[in-house]
Amino acid sequence: MAERSRDASGAGIASGLESRLRRYRDLRLTEEELATLLLMPVLLFLGVVSFYPIVDTVWASLQDGYIIGTSAEFVGPENYEALFDDGRFWNALGVSFIYTFVSVPIELGIGLGLALLLNRKFHGKYLAQAAILFPWALPTVINAEIWSWLFHGQFGVINDMLVRVGLLETAYPILAKPDIALAAMISVTIWKTSSFMALILLAGLTGIPEHLYEAARMDGASNWRQLRDITLPLLKPTILVALIFRTLPAIQAFGLPYGLTNGGPAEATTTIVLFTHSITFNNLEFGVGSASATAITVIGLALSLFYVATLYEPEVR
Amino acid sequence: MGELELRNLTKVFGGGGGDESGDDDGDGIVAVSDLSIEMADGEFLVLVGPSGCGKSTTLRCIAGLEHTTDGRISLDGRDITDLKPKERDMAMVFQNYALYPHMTVRKNIGYGLSITTDLSSSEVDDRVEEIAELLEIPELLDKKPKELSGGQQQRVALGRAIVREPEVFLMDEPLSNLDAKLRTQMRTEIQQLQADLGTSTVYVTHDQTEAMTMGDRIAILDGGELQQVGTPLECYHEPANAFVAGFIGSPSMNFLPVEFTGDELRHKAFSYDLSADLQEHLRNAPRELTLGIRPEHIEIAEDGARNVVHAPIEVIEPMGELSYLHLTIGGTTYTASIDGDRHHQVGEAVDVLFPEAKIHLFARDGGEAVKNSRDAAAPATDESATVATD
Repeated sequence: MAERSRDASGAGIASGLESRLRRYRDLRLTEEELATLLLMPVLLFLGVVSFYPIVDTVWASLQDGYIIGTSAEFVGPENYEALFDDGRFWNALGVSFIYTFVSVPIELGIGLGLALLLNRKFHGKYLAQAAILFPWALPTVINAEIWSWLFHGQFGVINDMLVRVGLLETAYPILAKPDIALAAMISVTIWKTSSFMALILLAGLTGIPEHLYEAARMDGASNWRQLRDITLPLLKPTILVALIFRTLPAIQAFGLPYGLTNGGPAEATTTIVLFTHSITFNNLEFGVGSASATAITVIGLALSLFYVATLYEPEVR
Repeated sequence: MGELELRNLTKVFGGGGGDESGDDDGDGIVAVSDLSIEMADGEFLVLVGPSGCGKSTTLRCIAGLEHTTDGRISLDGRDITDLKPKERDMAMVFQNYALYPHMTVRKNIGYGLSITTDLSSSEVDDRVEEIAELLEIPELLDKKPKELSGGQQQRVALGRAIVREPEVFLMDEPLSNLDAKLRTQMRTEIQQLQADLGTSTVYVTHDQTEAMTMGDRIAILDGGELQQVGTPLECYHEPANAFVAGFIGSPSMNFLPVEFTGDELRHKAFSYDLSADLQEHLRNAPRELTLGIRPEHIEIAEDGARNVVHAPIEVIEPMGELSYLHLTIGGTTYTASIDGDRHHQVGEAVDVLFPEAKIHLFARDGGEAVKNSRDAAAPATDESATVATD
């Protein structure tokens, strides 16, 4: 009796599964339709946390409102005109561009060098791989605090060392000098994120089959040739990802200038996001702040598209 | 010229390396041990053996992709042991072709020429097109490797090796990624190409059929040690030891443990009377022997014949022209290859003969051959061979 009921329930489960499968089959979805259906939850999530804020920011940038939700009045491009007339915006944009396009290529170079070293066989390789991530693992604000003390004019270790080795006669307030504060900030971000670059590039390097290098050696390629003709072309997709991953955060840099110099001295390290933050939350000019935020989004998108257009090669590998 | 010589080549992976004698010092894995082979100019030498026998390592040492632990490699009398791959004037075809995925076929073939010679790009192009014509792939020149079939990629890999006109071609299982039909076709093409170009070639394979059909000579390796070098037929008819005998030939040779008593070979299921000539030949042979007989040399005995082994059929594998009978003798299964037109049933017992001229005998201890099917001392006919079941 028990046997029979077990059989019956087994048959029930099987037939239940079958009917459910039949129902899915009866939907008669094409692969594209099924893919869209499966992507819907994540698209919905992105819509709520990403697309809606972007659209809302663009909308806010077309309104004249000191605080969102009060006295909102459609003003068209007025906020953009005010933004583009503001010299501080162009200064901040310039700082962000210098910060980004000086630091990212240097990070790429150092990251590639580190990745090439870490890709070689040596004792303690895995320890080195873990150790190299240390600067990247540090939270940006703590990093900024550490370096602001290292660079400190009176108590900073860097000043002390430079004086001791005779490169400086007296301590130099590095972060207080407009002409070198940005360079100091760039060197901090290079120190922090080169290891991240190395990690991404290392993943790409390990994916390049060893036999290609052997074939190149048989073909007579020197180490330099192998790097130029095999490694770099095959690393292009990874470099693309790494560049996008580093350029966008660099254009959007906020934590480091905020923690290290708070944009000073004389706005020499005020990045575009720091400027946007300041105009929005210090001056409470939400309309102009939204216009500035929209400009950052457009710049980020344009840079990403530029990278993809110049580096993307679907047929590689 | 492409006279290649390996002298006492030893390669030890890991540990501190091999010592002077090439013996394992206990610190590493000996991949190749004390290997010496000489190759004539234009010769096609096949290195063959099971996985892990050291054949690919040997090839990579010749190429310069691995440092040798001990021994010397010379090409036309010039010591090349410590030279870089590019200084050796050799070209290699890899098992997985190793084509540069981001380069077109044209660039893949011409890459070596363009970086190692003073040829202008148009001269390189001319050479590439010439080679593409030779390999019948001119229409593929502007495609990338991923657009090509396995066979086409294989041709490109060959083209890349040929275009540089090296002294030696090194080929590491170049056909193993192709399907059976294409493999047979490419086998012939590589042989023809090599014969036309007259370039010395070292070809590595684990496939004994490739070794037999392609090589001028074959070198059989096992456990990093050279077992035998010879022409394919020498290795087939006169294997140096039981390993070579079992490795060369398909299906493999049957091995039956026997005891040599002076005038007969005694197996637990039969005894085998020896001719006077063979008795004389085996005068100093050890008592414990292994009788080897190839499946194709086992004959079905006619009715009333004396020299028979009675063996039930376990399985029949009809191949068309031939049939393989799996026979049980003394509790062990052996294979016989017979005319495909003969009809037998599973379970039926057949009387088979092991012609004395065709049998091989190996010392059970060490495996070296004491009698081969082509030995001069062995009788030319099998009239005196007697096989009687117990």
